[in-house]
Amino acid sequence: MTVALSGKEIADKLEQQFPGSIVESSQDSLVVKSEFLSDVASFLKDTPDLDFNYLVSITAVDYYDYLEVVYRLTSMKHNHSLVVKTRCYERVNPVLPSVVSLWRGAELQEREIYDLMGISFDGHPNLKRLFLWHGFEGHPLRKDYW
Amino acid sequence: MAIKTEPFVVNLGPLHPSTHGVFRMKTTLDGEVVVDMEPVFGYLHRGIEKLAEERAYSGVIPLTDRLDYLASMSNNLAYVLAVEKLAGITVPERAEYLRVIIAELQRLASHLCAVGFFLNDCGAFMTPVLYMIREREKILDLFDMVCGQRLTYNYMRVGGVSHDIPEEFLPALYKFIQRMPGFIDEYDQLLKENEVLLVRAKGVGVLPKELAINVSASGPVLRGSGVKWDIRKADPYSVYDRFEFDIPTGTVGDCYDRYRVRIEEMRQSVRIIKQAMEQLPEGEVRSDVPPLIRPPVGEAYARIEAPKGELGFYLVSDNSIAPYRCAIRAPSLINLTALRDMVKGWKVADAIITFGSIDICMGEVDR
Amino acid sequence: MEVDESTGMYVSTTELDIAEGKVIEALKKRSQQPIPDPDSWLDEELHRNILLTSVDAILNWARRSSLWPVVCFPACCAFEFITTAASRFDISRFGMEIIRASPRQADLMITAGTLTWKMAPQVRRIYDQMPEPKWVIAMGACAISGGIFRSSYNVVPGYSRIVPVDVYVPGCPPRPEALLYGIRMLHHKISKGSIATEGK
Repeated sequence: MTVALSGKEIADKLEQQFPGSIVESSQDSLVVKSEFLSDVASFLKDTPDLDFNYLVSITAVDYYDYLEVVYRLTSMKHNHSLVVKTRCYERVNPVLPSVVSLWRGAELQEREIYDLMGISFDGHPNLKRLFLWHGFEGHPLRKDYW
Repeated sequence: MAIKTEPFVVNLGPLHPSTHGVFRMKTTLDGEVVVDMEPVFGYLHRGIEKLAEERAYSGVIPLTDRLDYLASMSNNLAYVLAVEKLAGITVPERAEYLRVIIAELQRLASHLCAVGFFLNDCGAFMTPVLYMIREREKILDLFDMVCGQRLTYNYMRVGGVSHDIPEEFLPALYKFIQRMPGFIDEYDQLLKENEVLLVRAKGVGVLPKELAINVSASGPVLRGSGVKWDIRKADPYSVYDRFEFDIPTGTVGDCYDRYRVRIEEMRQSVRIIKQAMEQLPEGEVRSDVPPLIRPPVGEAYARIEAPKGELGFYLVSDNSIAPYRCAIRAPSLINLTALRDMVKGWKVADAIITFGSIDICMGEVDR
Repeated sequence: MEVDESTGMYVSTTELDIAEGKVIEALKKRSQQPIPDPDSWLDEELHRNILLTSVDAILNWARRSSLWPVVCFPACCAFEFITTAASRFDISRFGMEIIRASPRQADLMITAGTLTWKMAPQVRRIYDQMPEPKWVIAMGACAISGGIFRSSYNVVPGYSRIVPVDVYVPGCPPRPEALLYGIRMLHHKISKGSIATEGK
């Protein structure tokens, strides 16, 4: 059975390693500040007893005040999982660091989020629209599209 | 005398007899060798995630049918598990067992198609496909008996399944299950050591183990590369922890390994169906759930081992009758991340086979 | 397409994408109304003499007896079409088992699946490349009117915006028997045609 790690415990570990990086944490997930995202992701991947080597999915949700990106990670060796979230408060041109250098599975998923939600990823090798065509106006999955 | 060649860009697709659906590959070719490849998606992007935000929870189930249209029951199951997790609804025992039987039958149908079209690409033009479709028709007849549809079923409901199986179903299923292992053996006899298949598929399109984990591959693609990871064993859902079955894995990660993994998975599916039929209890098939559900504010993620990989639904609710966000983790799209590495350096015909062995469904890739 | 040395991943040039985007936007602008269905076969006021009727009869028999479909399989209905072409519901008995990849050698387009604006220019191109006489069967709810996806931002509400449609086969997806009935309807339509009204 895949054990879902407690967000609070991992948040405490991260707070010791990178002070000021955690916005909030709960049993199911933890929210980090977008500036610390790359450091936190490398830490989660490289620490031996966490060892999150498999990125299950990246999704984005539009809450009207902010855009939230949800990273779901799993470790195959220890069979545990974790949910890490981060938020963008600007709607005009939000930018987040990309995790493609750590987990290549993020490549197409980040392009999809760029296409449908409008969040750019810094460091992505080929950031262009995935499903819609060049010249399409707007980002359909946002709540203010229709 | 050396021949001077120049690379040029050739479009494979979007409508092409052997691209499985509307998928376009911009390949840069140097003679016959693929130097570079860029996939282009979106020709079937119907906006299912956006449409789901406007429909009630039970009204999204027909939309999920059209995601991976070769395995609609699995899509329904994943979505319904997510809603039940979100709303805290329990499912009666008989419904759980029926779900398992139907899901494994669906896995059989999907793998039959996958293997048939893979062999089509390899050059056995129509013969294996017609044999596979013959067996698939028997499974579709069983589904027709249960819910009246052949391709897009809309059979699973929040809290169970839509209605109980008729009396003719179990004898017909028993007859089918008796026959199926013999059919897979007949197939193996013709194809397992077939010279043409071995030459064309062994060593072609290799996906190494580390790369498979790094690109988040799942399903037969991951298991063909030697990683023993199956959601039914690692993170069991429904009643899968009550059945005994093995997880076939490959060694090298080439097209032949993925083909063998699918054939062995078909045998394991037959095993699971036999056990489920013996243990099938009596009872209700649907728990009492109002037609318009309003789950409490929160989020849930449920995943299943669909025939193509790990299919997951991430639902966010804001206590209204429609989901606030329905995000789909599509296995086919994520498995395609590695396509460029698998195809580079091989010839065009090998690129087609590699693409066929990943087994994608464009409805799922593009959503 | 250049390769980024550090990550080994491609950085593709976007000229092809920009051109494609322009074509799609242009097609979307001019396809706001459906193309009217071809109905010249309903024309009653036709001066038919004996020579023309016999010629018509032979030509129509030849045309309808072996229609060759072209590959046009976007979505789920494609699988019902493939099952129709397989051995249980055989369309080979109508002479149609050869599904031509090249539109130059085909005369029937069975549109099996949802049409999106991104795909629309390619479908129109395939239709234009088919030689006359040609027919179109719109298969499934998505091909008739956009189906369950009608209100989406990327879905064309029916193939009749892009190509003129002869026969509509409803269903989601239509059963193979329904598709065979639709093909028979097309045969009846072809047998009522006449070379005197062609090209009008």
